Amino acid sequence: MSTPRTARIRGIDRRRVLAGTAGTVLAVALRPAAAASLPRTETTDSAIRRFAGDSPIRPGRVRLDLPPLVENGNTVPLAVSVESPMTPEDHVRRIGVFNEKNPQPNVVTVHLRPGAGRAQVATRIRLADTQRITAIAEMSDGTYWSASADAIVTLAACLEG
Amino acid sequence: MARTLINLPKTAKPGDVIAIKTLISHPMETGFRPGADGRILPRNIVTEFVCRFEDAEIFRAELFPASAANPYLTFTWVATRSGRFSFTWRGDAGFEQTESAAITVA
Repeated sequence: MSTPRTARIRGIDRRRVLAGTAGTVLAVALRPAAAASLPRTETTDSAIRRFAGDSPIRPGRVRLDLPPLVENGNTVPLAVSVESPMTPEDHVRRIGVFNEKNPQPNVVTVHLRPGAGRAQVATRIRLADTQRITAIAEMSDGTYWSASADAIVTLAACLEG
Repeated sequence: MARTLINLPKTAKPGDVIAIKTLISHPMETGFRPGADGRILPRNIVTEFVCRFEDAEIFRAELFPASAANPYLTFTWVATRSGRFSFTWRGDAGFEQTESAAITVA
């Protein structure tokens, strides 16, 4: 890891190089060790494409609430709401939540009906590592909207008890 | 039978948006975790949750191993008439459980 970095910044004084390397080592050490080697069954991108097909996904209209600092990745509260009147003509059909670093990219997919009144759901999820969570909403007009949130996890889920 | 918690108002006025909160006790074993003997424990999760109001489906969720143990879901519904909600959880190893709750709208 340090070889290309050192090569790239050749010419910069020795102190900067040493400080940079120390930073990398510290970041690797702080990461939950087991989570780094988790096998991934599918990439996040391909899971999102399975959800949304080839439609463009625009940022906005979705609000994703997740604590920014998570002490225990085994149970993390997550709330998603989407700006929508929830009428038969204009409502949210589905909301998909995706992660970056758990063994599987899907977190939860919910299907809503216009009679729901509000497009608002909450659940609790597991996070195997510090990562970004993305929520994508499919509207009744076939458009897709998304929001992302980052969470720093100190105790990883999935592998440890 | 797994223990469930279902929370929704017993009564509501027509047009009220009610919050429905559900929880079922379930280990949601991910299938990625080694057991005491070092072998990977088989996956055992709830994969699907469906809520119906008087036989019409109003909410459905697909769950994955990334759901925390004892899956908890909240959602909303507009109360228009009295009736009965039913809640069904399905999962691995033939897991299936249905509960119900009534609401009076007046």
